Amino acid sequence: MSKTNMTRRGVLKTGAVAGAGVALPTIFTASSAAAYMNEPTGGSVTLGFNVPQTGPYADEGADELRAYELAVEHLNGGGDGGMMNTFSSKALKGNGILGKKVEYVSGDTQTKSDAARASAKSMIEKDGAIMITGGSSSGVAIAVQGLCQEAGVIFMAGLTHSNDTTGKDKKANGFRHFFNAYMSGAALAPVLAARYGKDRKAYHLTADYTWGWTQEESIKAATEALGWTTVNTVKTPLSQTDFSSYITPVLQTDADVLILNHYGGNMVNSLTNAVQFGLREKQVNGKNFEIVVPLFSRLMARGAGENIKGILGSTNWHWSLQDEGSKAFVKSFGTKYGFPPSQAAHTVYCQTLLYADAAERAGTFNPCGIGEALEGFEFDGLGNGKTLYRADDHQCFKDVLVVKGKENPTSEFDILEVVEVTPVEQVTYAPDHPMFAGGNLGTCNPG
Amino acid sequence: MDAIFLQILNGLDKGSAYALIALGLTLIFGTLGVVNFAHGALFMLGSFCAVTLNKILNLSVETIDPTKTDFLGNPLKVKTPYVQAWFGDDFGAAIIDWGVPLAILFTIPVMIGIGFIMERGLIKHFYKRPHADQILVTFGLAIVLQELIKYFFGANPIPTPAPDAFKGSFDFGAMLGMDPNVIIYPYWRLIYFGFAAVIIGAVFAFLQFTTFGMVVRAGMADRETVGLLGINIDKRFTIMFGIAAAVAGLAGVMYGPINSPNYHMGMDFLVLSFVVVVVGGMGSLPGAVLAGFLLGILESFASMTQVIDLIPGINQIIIYVVAIIILLTRPRGLMGRKGVMED
Amino acid sequence: MFGLDKKDSTLLLIVAVLTMFAPFILNPFPEGSALAQFNAGYPDLMQRFVIFGIFAIGFNILFGLTGYLSFGHAAFLGVGSYAAVWMFKLLSMNVIPAIFLAIVVSGLFALLIGFISLRRSGIYFSILTLAFAQMMFALAYSVLTPITNGETGLQLTLNDPRVLGQSATADGSIPVTSLFGMEMRQTFQLDMGAWLFQFNVGYYFSAVIMLIAFFIAIRIFRSPFGMMLRAVKSNQQRVNYTGLNARPYTLAAFVISGMYAGLAGGLLASMDPLAGAERMQWTASGEVVLMTILGGAGTLIGPVLGAGFIKYFENIFSKINDNVLHEWFAFLPDGLENFVVFVMHPFIGKGWNLTLGILFMLVVIFLPGGLVEGGQRIAKLFRKGKAKDSAKPTTKPAE
Repeated sequence: MSKTNMTRRGVLKTGAVAGAGVALPTIFTASSAAAYMNEPTGGSVTLGFNVPQTGPYADEGADELRAYELAVEHLNGGGDGGMMNTFSSKALKGNGILGKKVEYVSGDTQTKSDAARASAKSMIEKDGAIMITGGSSSGVAIAVQGLCQEAGVIFMAGLTHSNDTTGKDKKANGFRHFFNAYMSGAALAPVLAARYGKDRKAYHLTADYTWGWTQEESIKAATEALGWTTVNTVKTPLSQTDFSSYITPVLQTDADVLILNHYGGNMVNSLTNAVQFGLREKQVNGKNFEIVVPLFSRLMARGAGENIKGILGSTNWHWSLQDEGSKAFVKSFGTKYGFPPSQAAHTVYCQTLLYADAAERAGTFNPCGIGEALEGFEFDGLGNGKTLYRADDHQCFKDVLVVKGKENPTSEFDILEVVEVTPVEQVTYAPDHPMFAGGNLGTCNPG
Repeated sequence: MDAIFLQILNGLDKGSAYALIALGLTLIFGTLGVVNFAHGALFMLGSFCAVTLNKILNLSVETIDPTKTDFLGNPLKVKTPYVQAWFGDDFGAAIIDWGVPLAILFTIPVMIGIGFIMERGLIKHFYKRPHADQILVTFGLAIVLQELIKYFFGANPIPTPAPDAFKGSFDFGAMLGMDPNVIIYPYWRLIYFGFAAVIIGAVFAFLQFTTFGMVVRAGMADRETVGLLGINIDKRFTIMFGIAAAVAGLAGVMYGPINSPNYHMGMDFLVLSFVVVVVGGMGSLPGAVLAGFLLGILESFASMTQVIDLIPGINQIIIYVVAIIILLTRPRGLMGRKGVMED
Repeated sequence: MFGLDKKDSTLLLIVAVLTMFAPFILNPFPEGSALAQFNAGYPDLMQRFVIFGIFAIGFNILFGLTGYLSFGHAAFLGVGSYAAVWMFKLLSMNVIPAIFLAIVVSGLFALLIGFISLRRSGIYFSILTLAFAQMMFALAYSVLTPITNGETGLQLTLNDPRVLGQSATADGSIPVTSLFGMEMRQTFQLDMGAWLFQFNVGYYFSAVIMLIAFFIAIRIFRSPFGMMLRAVKSNQQRVNYTGLNARPYTLAAFVISGMYAGLAGGLLASMDPLAGAERMQWTASGEVVLMTILGGAGTLIGPVLGAGFIKYFENIFSKINDNVLHEWFAFLPDGLENFVVFVMHPFIGKGWNLTLGILFMLVVIFLPGGLVEGGQRIAKLFRKGKAKDSAKPTTKPAE
């Protein structure tokens, strides 16, 4: 369309002509000429980073955003290249993706599925994002994953730990690098049994929503398989801030382990309260009372201060790991920002590289091509050892870290220490495992 | 039996926080007739007074320890707080350890100051405006305050531990000759309850037994007449706003060791404290305190397994169920007066 | 026109023109230019503008006319969304039955909650509605997960029965919402030089419904029923003394505004088939109160403006990041550029809440009548030169 005569009348006239001739029905914004949704036509490609910037997980979101910016810098050939140098696939050349400069837009999920979807939609409809990534809670990840499936773009999940993300809510266009509740249970249970014995009685406090339930189910199954008994499982409201009324009943039972299936602010408060009530000093059945936090986030754990010391839990990745990939990532992140990255930062950095690499190997940005390149992809050098992106459910299988609150921290970041690296075989499960049943990947949707 | 005793303690403890916030809210509403949606933010600011003091006390000299390395492999910077450098290791550490109780001294003037500024600078202009406008402007203020805190302190909770001397728990069971470690209650929570009782008592005594309080009470009942008598009621109301802010702030400071403060804790308490105030009856100070403790105790009981098994989900909604029942049976809450905020 | 007087007809016409040409009006900046960040003319946001406009119009029928401040109105929006998504799951992807059920179900809820809550007035009424909404939110998030899918939100799956439609399309994906075959997500694009305009079926569908809702609201405002409600607002006692029972009137207003909320919820689900529990949280209820007061409570157009204002901030300001700022100010010398970015940094991206809070305060402090008053003041400035007796402002507060 020529750009002449842009007076008001002129616009109306051209508008009328265009309305008759050029306007074509399209789905979302993919114009019919494009082979797939938001096909990048210029010299750049846009990625959408959708993270919580307000609300209780804002700090995690901010750390994710830092890692994304770092990844974009590395992809475009800036900085020291970070994990691109240690990544086993060498398809990435530091000239963007498929020769196109990587650009990004960021948005705020507010940790609400509605707001997250609105933000993702605006990235797709307005900014032409070819891939959406991010998130710091499972509800949001599942909601955005569903959206991306409908819209025909790839979703690279950020921090989402619920079994459902790659279980009953799995989608062909969605991929998860982070580990899940089942893996936490499978990795943690043997360590718990080895340290605390096999005849323990566990009391569960569980956040009353989807993630809490799958976490409780997983760790309960894993510990019971090793001989533990479960005294009670109590659901606590998500909005609860003071857990005292849930902790005092623990004193009345003969339980000798308290498992806190809480995350974020819930975890900080329930752990602080549990320690306040002297549970760490308690002796039951002639054994020391123990507290377990199945999913640790170092960023949030800082809020619990001293109370975290000696508490066992699991985590996806920790900056103190000494493999080449982790070292390279910590170095470039630490040099740029002055402090070590969190597990959320690590996982989203990996997801960005993995996406870029898949596009490079597939030779296209078409979600179906990228899906094919990622399915069954085996790689190494991204910090978790040998890793497989399983084709059946788009879940990454890799080693899981069992960590403990450090007794003598040397800095404010030095909160956790790695107790054991659980090998991937031990946390692998069949795709049709009952905890993951009921879902259907469907077919990849290019828009 | 033990369980019930413990839940009553839990309830009193939760109730203390509710009662203190609701008390301040009612003071402001009763004296100034303003619905203050920023009151939760004042509670949060109080908590962050302790955090700030902690930060100040922990301002450190950095020395480089070449024998150790940080996470990047550079020589480790060892931080020594100035107070330790100045007052010696032990005394300095003790000062930092007692940060929260010290923060009380720091909080009172700060919060009274914030209260004065808020009243003179903003709230004053809204006395004659509809309640809806008051809600909107104070809600806006609450958002601004919490976002400022988030900007400076981040979104994650920040630990503000109690002094070591108050860690651990008091053993009621052992005192009564029962098994130890069954009926125990943390010292700091007991202190919080005692502290709340003292503050509540002090506010009531102040209003009841001083001339100032008498005038304020008269102003609450009939502002116009008091003004006609030539008494400058406005100045007194400003002071009352400062006091209400200080009460909220103190509730916040002392709450720090119970749960690590974060920037949105004010909003978490806001809705709840409004429910408390209304259940107690708008404008009634004893009502606010009574409702605070009542809802705290009921909330604790509702979270017992036996109760949840009976009525699933009751722990999620107990506060609201109680509020509905009370408001339907007692039209103006527990102790509300007729004609206050009814139109 | 349609039984409206001249002034109201003009207003309706203006709103109609604005909504119909919104894809142009909201996209003033060319693609790729630095200011394109401020464009709001993409389907999702435009849909939100009109849908939350409906929500706010409905809320205003209750609050603006009767003065009853409901602090739990989001509950009806949430119930409407759930009802609509269940319709998509069980019946078909046609939006008409879904929206119909959404209105009916939320109307029933409103009848029940209104019947109980309206026994009290003032802040006691507000707290009762708040309590009901918070209860519904808490239960939907946890215990009622089988119905609501809890935290994740109710979504469509490939296994849904959809008795009048199909469970899955031929290529194995979930079918999309449609109006007798017209897909809601279908978008016509118009490339015009540097501009790209998007005309979305879902948006126009919602916009037409909003115009109908707006028209009904005008009729209610101008009807004897509306007069009655205003009488309740100015002095309920006097109404009672004249021997009239105000309760049926206020209850009717409550139910109507609940149905508006349900309609909005149903539309939200029709545009994007997901219903999350947080739609019912008190913050969501607070949002519609803010929209209405910010725009101008009791005015016809105010709530729609307020809704647009808040949604615009939520969606546009949260997406501005430092990167974008650097792009904007790239023409400045480096030091100055960094300084400007540093100064603006707290107010954009993760700071959009701060900006919104400040703007709330500024609007309430300086424009007691909300945005409508701002508009009137500007209009007055322009009119100063003209004859004094020219037409009154297009809208005026209820009182």
